[in-house]
Amino acid sequence: MSTTILNEVRPGFYLDSVALMRLSREIAELPGVVEAALMMATPANKQIMADAGILVASGKAAEPGDLVLGICAESPGAASAARDRAVALLEAPRRRGESPGAAAWRPRTIRAAVGSAPESNLALISVPGDFAAAEARKALRLGLHVMIFSDNVAVADEVALKTEAREAGRLLMGPDCGTAIINGVPLAFANKVPRGNIGLIGASGTGLQEISCLIARGGGGISQAIGVGGRDLSEAVGGITTLMAIEALDADSETAHIVLVSKPPSAKVAARVMERIGASDKAFTVCFIGAEEFNLPENALLATTLKAAAENALDGTEIGAGFDASGGSLARREGRVVGLFAGGTLSAEAQVVFREAGELTASNAPIPGVASLDAANAGHAMIDLGADEYTRGRPHPMIDPSVRDTALDDALADGNVAVVLLDLVLGFGAHGDPAGHLARRLEGRLAAGPVIIASVTGTEDDPQRRARQIATLERVGVLVAPSNAQAAELALAVVG
Amino acid sequence: MEKIERANQEAVRRMLAADPILVDVIPAAEAIPALRENMILHAGPPIEWDRMCGPMRGAIAGIAVFEGWASNLDEAEKMAASGELEFHPNHHFDAVGPMTGLTTIGQPVMVVENRAFGNHAYCTLNEGLGKVMRFGGNDAEVLTRLAWLRDVFGPAVGAALRDLGGIPLKSLVARGLTMGDEMHQRNVACSGLLLRELAPAMARNFNDGEALAETLAFIGGNDQFFLNIAMALGKAITDPVRGIEGSSVVTAMSRNGTDFGIRVSGTGDTWFTAPVEMPEGLYFPGFTEADANPDIGDSTIIETIGLGGFAMAAAPAVAGFIGAGAASEAANTTRAMGEITLSKNPEWTIPALEYAGVPTGIDIRRVLETGLAPAINTGIAHREPGIGQVGAGVVKAPMACFAQAVRGLAETLGVA
Amino acid sequence: MSDGIRDTLLGQPLKVINVGLEGFAQDLERQGVAVVRVDWQPPAGGDPTLADLLSKLGT
Repeated sequence: MSTTILNEVRPGFYLDSVALMRLSREIAELPGVVEAALMMATPANKQIMADAGILVASGKAAEPGDLVLGICAESPGAASAARDRAVALLEAPRRRGESPGAAAWRPRTIRAAVGSAPESNLALISVPGDFAAAEARKALRLGLHVMIFSDNVAVADEVALKTEAREAGRLLMGPDCGTAIINGVPLAFANKVPRGNIGLIGASGTGLQEISCLIARGGGGISQAIGVGGRDLSEAVGGITTLMAIEALDADSETAHIVLVSKPPSAKVAARVMERIGASDKAFTVCFIGAEEFNLPENALLATTLKAAAENALDGTEIGAGFDASGGSLARREGRVVGLFAGGTLSAEAQVVFREAGELTASNAPIPGVASLDAANAGHAMIDLGADEYTRGRPHPMIDPSVRDTALDDALADGNVAVVLLDLVLGFGAHGDPAGHLARRLEGRLAAGPVIIASVTGTEDDPQRRARQIATLERVGVLVAPSNAQAAELALAVVG
Repeated sequence: MEKIERANQEAVRRMLAADPILVDVIPAAEAIPALRENMILHAGPPIEWDRMCGPMRGAIAGIAVFEGWASNLDEAEKMAASGELEFHPNHHFDAVGPMTGLTTIGQPVMVVENRAFGNHAYCTLNEGLGKVMRFGGNDAEVLTRLAWLRDVFGPAVGAALRDLGGIPLKSLVARGLTMGDEMHQRNVACSGLLLRELAPAMARNFNDGEALAETLAFIGGNDQFFLNIAMALGKAITDPVRGIEGSSVVTAMSRNGTDFGIRVSGTGDTWFTAPVEMPEGLYFPGFTEADANPDIGDSTIIETIGLGGFAMAAAPAVAGFIGAGAASEAANTTRAMGEITLSKNPEWTIPALEYAGVPTGIDIRRVLETGLAPAINTGIAHREPGIGQVGAGVVKAPMACFAQAVRGLAETLGVA
Repeated sequence: MSDGIRDTLLGQPLKVINVGLEGFAQDLERQGVAVVRVDWQPPAGGDPTLADLLSKLGT
């Protein structure tokens, strides 16, 4: 089939990434369109478009601040019709925002926003990574605390920003900070949990989400959940925000117990953090997912799983006490467990459970002691579908569950797979009905095929309503465990 | 950058400290000693005959005849094309002019003195509406009127101003803002306030009641009479701001019908130019966009000092007419201009915006950062010379001027 | 250092300025949290060399 490829470039044109994904999907579904995408022209995105066969010279020449439309269609007519439709969709919201006479005035700068709302205290920044550092700097200099949701920010910028933030006595959460709960308010991807006296500090978004939800389930509450960004505990950054967060929660009268969750940091950074923890009068739970051993000060306890971290913070309350993770009357099966995770830390926690049981496991994001996934792998597999290699040019599975569909289909059709392990993450920012989507995919397919075991990270107060999500899953035959750790344990028990 | 912030503080200080007074009307030859025969000052950045638009050429031909350098329009055009006429921007000689904005030795010019800094700025008298030279008109009617302005009207106004010791303009503009003027597209209140000041002084100098009536009616019948004064006061305010090392504040914005040019304090007299844009607005009955001339005139000096489009929130009537939509959208324009300026003028406040001062001190860095170009309230001329105004609307200063200016300023500061 | 965070953020009314994804602002509004949306555009019309120059000149 001979195809037509065309590009359209809009210089300096910004639409948020979620809006771009939606538009891309709409254009790709037009008649005669083979492939289409609208992306900001960063080098990485241009490579994606080139690989997809939809980039030509004009698109190649676009700058990171430009928007590129790439279309591959069966005919020139279909291509230009699709292009016209895309342009019309782009122009429509644009006209509203562009003229100085738009309905409601929206400031173009953080400076003007602060001018119109001088008591503002937090900037939530989610612009493309190339521009996030500059915006964060402006926000800090205007006296705001900052949460950078954006990723792909240079480490040198992160260090400079955090150093400046520390000087100014301002918290800089991020970059790549997907979750925070400040004064009881969920920010970005976070859950509605009761207020209480447990403070959380996390380099991992889903780690914070699962722990905060389990604490809620156990009858406790969260004073603050401070996200520090995925790279804060690296050698280069040295834990600047983590240390500031510990300092702040240490001095916070509402906080009695502090939980720290992250993947294991380097020894030097860990030592600095442990020293600061040791200097506190409060009790700490340290959850370095995947770490097997750690030297901790006296006032800190090591939790190897998120569930254990929540239980420890709750002074030993058992989460999901009535649940029989041994499988009880469930028939045992021969075969492997395939875990398909939207939450990276949930995939890591499942790996911890399997590793502690001595089970041969591989992953695309392995913890220490777990192998890297490759084609020849015959053992269990834990896949983090939110990892970079899966989300290039695609929405995160927490936003769009259909991203998991292909992998799910493959697992269901694979005769060697005995159990499929899944996580559903609820809360603000997440998809409105992940259980509904999954149930529709699984309808009628569970009579034959692998056992499906899932956990639902969320609370009753989340927009999706946890109990309803669980009911939807159970209706089609999914086994729902009270926590991700217990779901992994149950999976282990079925094949054990 | 520290150096830029300090320089800008000084720039804004000078703008706000200005004390413009309308002091006289004198022959251009007296005001601008460098003016001579065959020399024409025009609106906008430098431009040569072959690139000029229709109305500009029409006006040039007409003024050459008016000044007696050519005996008819054809001869005038040949002189222009063959290089016998010299063209310079008004801005290079302490002057400004609306639309084609031609200033020549024989014409009377109003004088605005900035008493805070001792500098002067000049602008010709507003001819009225319709078929006039500033729109490229050049027939007998136009030239006759110019002669009357030179011989009768100008001297009368000058004498009255001298008798009064000058008319302070800052407070007059402040009153106009509270009365619905923005001093670019709407000057009716200020024109009226001016007439109130001038009339008794003029009456004392006239023996002939009919001549007095004609003179007063000329001002009274022209809603835009104050426009030229507003322009001269703009020039008087911004000229002392030129040449502050490191400052990113705009000291001039201007168009010649082909190019839009800006000047920036820290880069001195350098013009940063780009093609003018087409205004977007409403047209008088019988006219459409197809009739419109590209953007032209020195009148953007008014936006440069925070009035005109920047003060649109003060003039809801203009918002409706120029097609910007509801009165609330006019307020949004003023707010948007607040994002590209450094300060608000405490003496020129807008009642509808809780007496916020007009946005003052355009910073080229902020223009580029926000993508918000200065919004200008402008009249739209017919592209054929001599027909006049066909509409009014909003036009944007081209972003390319600001990009060039930022590069230029960075170079002077050794920033790469 | 912690005084800054306590006095200005923790335990103070949260008032957010959202720069980027519209969904975050909507979620905050839904919860009755004060949020101002910035109508963000890439600086300098997306030109990276100009944007870099701008960040050096400061605003």
